[in-house]
Amino acid sequence: MLALLIPGLLFTPLALAVLCLLVNFRIGRLFSWVGIIVQVLVALGLWATVADQGGLYYDLGGWAAPLGIELRVDGLAVTFVLLTAVVASAAALHAGAYLDPRKGYQSYFWPLLWFLWAGLNGVWLAGDLFNLYVGLELISLAAVGLVALGGEAPALRAALRYLYAALLGSLGYLLAVALVYGSYGTLSLSGIAELAADHPPAPLILVLAALGLALKTALFPLHFWLPAAHGIAKSPVSALLSALVVKASFYIMARLWLEMGEQAGSIWLAQGLGALGAAGVVVGSWQAFRQSRLKMVVAYSSVAQIGYLFLLFPLSWGVATTTAELAQQGITLHLISHALAKAAMFLAAGNLILAVGNPQVSALAGVSRFLPFSLFSFGLAAVSLMGLPPSGGFVAKWLLLQASLAAGQWWWIGVLLLGSLLSALYVFRIFRASFLETGSDDPFYHPPRSLEVIPMALAVMAIGLGFVANLPLTVMALPVGGGVP
Amino acid sequence: MSFASALPLLTLMTSLVAALVIFMLPEQRQGLRTLLNLTAAVVKLGLVAIMVAGVFRGEDYSISYTLLPGVEFILRADALSVMFAGLSAVLWLFTTIYAVGYLEGAPNRSRFFGFFSLCVASTMGIALAGNLFTFLLFYEMLTLSTYPLVVHRGTRKAVRAGNSYLAYTLTGGVVLLLGVAWLHTLFGDLPFAATGHFQQVDPALHGTLALIFLILITGLAVKSAIFPLHGWLPTAMVAPAPVSALLHAVAVVKAGAFGIVRVVYDIYGIEFAYALGVLEPLGWLAAFTILYGSVRALSQTDLKRRLAFSTVSQVSYIVLGVTLFGPIGTIGGLVHLLHQGVMKITLFFCAGNYAETLGVHRIDELDGAGRRMPLTSIAFTLGAFGMMGAPPLAGFVTKWMLGSGALASGMLWVIPVLVASTLLNAAYFLPILYRLWFATPKGWSQERRWGRLETHSWLLWPPLLTAALTVLLGILASAPFSPLSWAELVAAREYLP
Amino acid sequence: MTPVQLYVLAGVLLCGLGFAGFLLTSHLLRKLMAFNIMGSGTFLLLVGLAQPNNTPDPVPQALVLTGIVVALAATALALVLMRRWYHLSGRTDLQGGPGD
Repeated sequence: MLALLIPGLLFTPLALAVLCLLVNFRIGRLFSWVGIIVQVLVALGLWATVADQGGLYYDLGGWAAPLGIELRVDGLAVTFVLLTAVVASAAALHAGAYLDPRKGYQSYFWPLLWFLWAGLNGVWLAGDLFNLYVGLELISLAAVGLVALGGEAPALRAALRYLYAALLGSLGYLLAVALVYGSYGTLSLSGIAELAADHPPAPLILVLAALGLALKTALFPLHFWLPAAHGIAKSPVSALLSALVVKASFYIMARLWLEMGEQAGSIWLAQGLGALGAAGVVVGSWQAFRQSRLKMVVAYSSVAQIGYLFLLFPLSWGVATTTAELAQQGITLHLISHALAKAAMFLAAGNLILAVGNPQVSALAGVSRFLPFSLFSFGLAAVSLMGLPPSGGFVAKWLLLQASLAAGQWWWIGVLLLGSLLSALYVFRIFRASFLETGSDDPFYHPPRSLEVIPMALAVMAIGLGFVANLPLTVMALPVGGGVP
Repeated sequence: MSFASALPLLTLMTSLVAALVIFMLPEQRQGLRTLLNLTAAVVKLGLVAIMVAGVFRGEDYSISYTLLPGVEFILRADALSVMFAGLSAVLWLFTTIYAVGYLEGAPNRSRFFGFFSLCVASTMGIALAGNLFTFLLFYEMLTLSTYPLVVHRGTRKAVRAGNSYLAYTLTGGVVLLLGVAWLHTLFGDLPFAATGHFQQVDPALHGTLALIFLILITGLAVKSAIFPLHGWLPTAMVAPAPVSALLHAVAVVKAGAFGIVRVVYDIYGIEFAYALGVLEPLGWLAAFTILYGSVRALSQTDLKRRLAFSTVSQVSYIVLGVTLFGPIGTIGGLVHLLHQGVMKITLFFCAGNYAETLGVHRIDELDGAGRRMPLTSIAFTLGAFGMMGAPPLAGFVTKWMLGSGALASGMLWVIPVLVASTLLNAAYFLPILYRLWFATPKGWSQERRWGRLETHSWLLWPPLLTAALTVLLGILASAPFSPLSWAELVAAREYLP
Repeated sequence: MTPVQLYVLAGVLLCGLGFAGFLLTSHLLRKLMAFNIMGSGTFLLLVGLAQPNNTPDPVPQALVLTGIVVALAATALALVLMRRWYHLSGRTDLQGGPGD
C-alpha cells in the first residue's frame, strides 16, 4: 500500500507538470482535475495509514541513504501533505474558473502548480537536508513563475524581486548544509540529532540557515518582497503562496531547530527570532491597516501572521518539555489554520474584486447587501485570522498563551493579545466599508456559484479546526517507527 | 448520548440551525423566515422549560467533549444556567415577534435575522457553558454576532457606533482571555461548581488570585457596562430598536453580568472571594456606577440614550447584589438579572413604537403621546414604575431584597445609595410620564397609521405582554418557579453549609 | 596550507565577493552573475569541506551536480523574466518603471 502511496505523492505531480506543459489551458484543466482527485485520495490514504500505524522511514525506489532518498513519513509530515492537498485543490479548482483561458500564457498555471505541489510534498516528507534544499528550490522557482503569470510589468517586477530574495535565501541555507556535511559527514535529520548530542555543532550553521530561511519566510524586516508578490499575483496564486509556500521554508527551519537548536542555539538567537516575529506582527498589521487596496491588506496580514510562527523559537528553547510541546502544538495549529483561513481570504477577496470591478477597499460599499455570500466567507476566515473563537486560530492562540505563561515569558503574551486587536483593526476596516449602504440598486457583477463556494469551504474548515484540533495534535504526536520492509 | 444529556446541546442548536437556514434563505422569503424564527423560539422555550423542571427535581444535564488536551468543551444545565437560559428564551420569542413587525419592508432582513439567531445562540451558550473556557468561547461569539446588528442600518453613524462597540468589547474579550488562560495554567480546567474551587488553595497564591480576579472582572465589566467601561452602550443606540432591546435586556450586558456572577460564585466561591477582600471594592464600583448612570440619564434628551444610561445604572444592581456577602444579597442580585431584563425590554419596545409610529426620538417630542398611543404608554408607564421600584412591581422586589441584604451583611452604606438611586430614577422617568399623559399634543410630522390599532399589531403585543409580566413577577414573587423562588434555590446552593 | 584549507578559503572568498556584488549592484544581469559566483563558492565549500582524509567523497559530488542543475534552472528563469521586464519597461534594474 505505502509503496504505492508515497511515490504517488511525488511522481504524479511531476508527471502531470510535464503533461500539462504540452497542452492548452482547457485540457490542462481536465488533466488537473484528475490529478487533484488522485492527490486528495492519496493524501487521505497516507494520513489514515500513519494515524493508524504510526510514522516510518521510507527509502524512495529502494535506494538507501546517503545516495538514495530517504523520506521521513511522520504524523506532522502527513498532516501537512493533507493540508497541501486541500488548499492546493481549492486554489486549482478556483483558478480553473477564475483565470482567462484566452490569454495564452495563463495555461502555464497548470504545470507550475504541479511543480509547486511536487516540491511541497517533497519538503514535508524529506528526511535529509539536501532533499529539503531541492524541494525548496522547486517551490521557489514554480512560485516565481506563478507570480509572473499576470504578464504585466508590475507583476514581473514583483516576480524578479521575489526571485532574487528567494535565491539569496536558498544560498544561505545551502551554505549551512555544506557546513553540516563538512562537520558531521551526514545530512540525515535524525542522524544530526544523534551526533549533535556529542559534538555540538557550530552556532554559525544555525545562524546561516536561519538567515536564509527567514528571508524566504518573509520574517520582518526581510519581508520586503512579500506584499508586492502576494498582492499582485492572481488570487488563486496568492492563496497558494501565502498559505503554503512561505510555510515550507519555515517548516525546514523548525525541523532544524528542533533537531539541533538545543545544542547550537542560544537564548539570544531564540529570543531574537521571537522578537523579530513580534515586530512583524505589529508592523505587518499596521501596514495592513494602512493599505488602500484589498489584496494588499490581505498580503500584509500574512507578514503579521508569519510573525507568530517565530514564537516557536523562544518558547521551545530552555523551557520544560511540556511547555515546548505546547508551543509546538500551538505553532502547528496556527500554521494549519492560517493556511486555510488565508487561502479562503485571498480567494474571497479575488471574488469580491471581480464582482466590484475595483481593487480598492473603499469600493466595497454595498457589498454586504448584494454579495453577502462572498463577504461571509471572508468574514469566517477573518474570525480565524483574528484568533477569535470558535476557530482554529483561537485554539492555536490559546495554546501559545498557555506556553508563554508556562515558560514565564510574559512578554509574548502582550504580543499575542495585541496582535489579536491589531488584526481586528484591519479586518473590520473592510467590514466597515462593506456595511455602508449605497442605495437599492445592485451595481455588481455576480461571480458564478462555483467560485463563491470554494473560499466558503476553506473558511468553514478553518473554523471547524477549532472543534477537531485534538485530532491533528494526536496524529502529530505519534512515534516514528522503522522503515518499510 | 441520551436525550437528557443532549438537551443543552439541542437548546443551543435550535437557534444555531435557525441562523444557518435563515442565512441561506433568499431575501424575499419573508413568510418562511418568520415561521422558522417563531418555531425555533417556541421549541427552544419548550426545551428550556423541560430543563427547568428537571433541574428543580435535582437532575443534571451535561455534555462534554475534549477540545484540546486538557481543555474541555462543557455544556451543562444547573440552577443558575437555566435561570439565564429561561430569561433569554422567553424574551427572544417576544423580541422576534417585535422585530418581524419592526423590520417589515426593510432591506437586509436575511442578514439581520441570521445574526439575530446567532446572537441568541451565543447567549444560550453563555448560559449553558459548564466551564470558563466554554464561557469565553460564546462570550466572544456574542461580540462577533452582534456587530452586524449594531451596524445594520449601514449609515456612517451606525458604522462609527460599530467601531466603538468593537473597540470596547474586543479589548474586553482579550483581557478576559488573559485571565482565563492564566487561571488555566495555574489550576487546569475549571468547571463551574457551586461554592467555587479555591477553598483549600495555597495562601501564597492569594495575591495572584486577586490579580486574576481583577483581570477577569475588567474583561467582563466592558460588556456589563460598569464605569468607566460603559462608553459603547449609549453609542450603540443607533441600532434598530429590537437590537437595543436584545442588547440591553438579554444578550450583551447580561452576558457580562452573568459572567461576573459565575466568576464570583462558581469559580472563586463567594466565601473565598469575600475572604480575599475583592468583593468590597467591586461593590463600591457598582454603587458608583448606579449613581453615575442615573445622573447621566437625567441630562439626556434622546429617549433611547436616556434608557441606555438607565441600563448602565440598573445592571450594576446585579453586580452590587453579588458583592453583598450573604444569601439575601445574592438573591437580590440574581433576581434583578431577570427582572431588569423584563422591565428594560418593555421600555425599549415602547421607545421603538414611538419612533416607528410617530417618528419621535426625543423626549420633548413625546408630549401627549399617551392619548395617541394609550396601550404602548401604559406599558411604558408600568416599565418605568418598575424601574423606580414602586410596589408591587418586579423592581420593588429587587430593591427590597438588596436593601435587606445590605442590612443583613452590615454594609449600611448601600442603603443611601439605593435611596438616592430611586430618587434619581424617579427624576428621569417621571418627566417622561408627565409629558406622555399630561402635556398637550403638538402633532407629529412623521406619523403613520395602521388600521384600527394605535400601531402595528406585531409591535403592540410584545410590550403589553412584557409589561403584564412586570406586574405578575412582582405580585407572584413567592410562587414556585418565580424568579425570586428560583434565586433562593440558587443562593441556597452557593453558600457553604 | 592544506588543500582543504585552500578550498575553504577560496569558497568563502567567492561567497563573500558574490554576496557583496549581489547587494551593491542594481543591474539585474550583474546581480544574477553575482548570485552564480556565490553559488560556485558554496559548491566549492561543499566539496572542499567534506574530504578530511583527502579521499574524495561521492556524496558531495552528487549534491553539487544537483545544485548546479538547480542554479542553471534558476538562472534561466531569471533571464526570461529579465528580458520580458526589459521589453515592457525598458529598464535593466527594478527601481522606478511602470507602477512603482
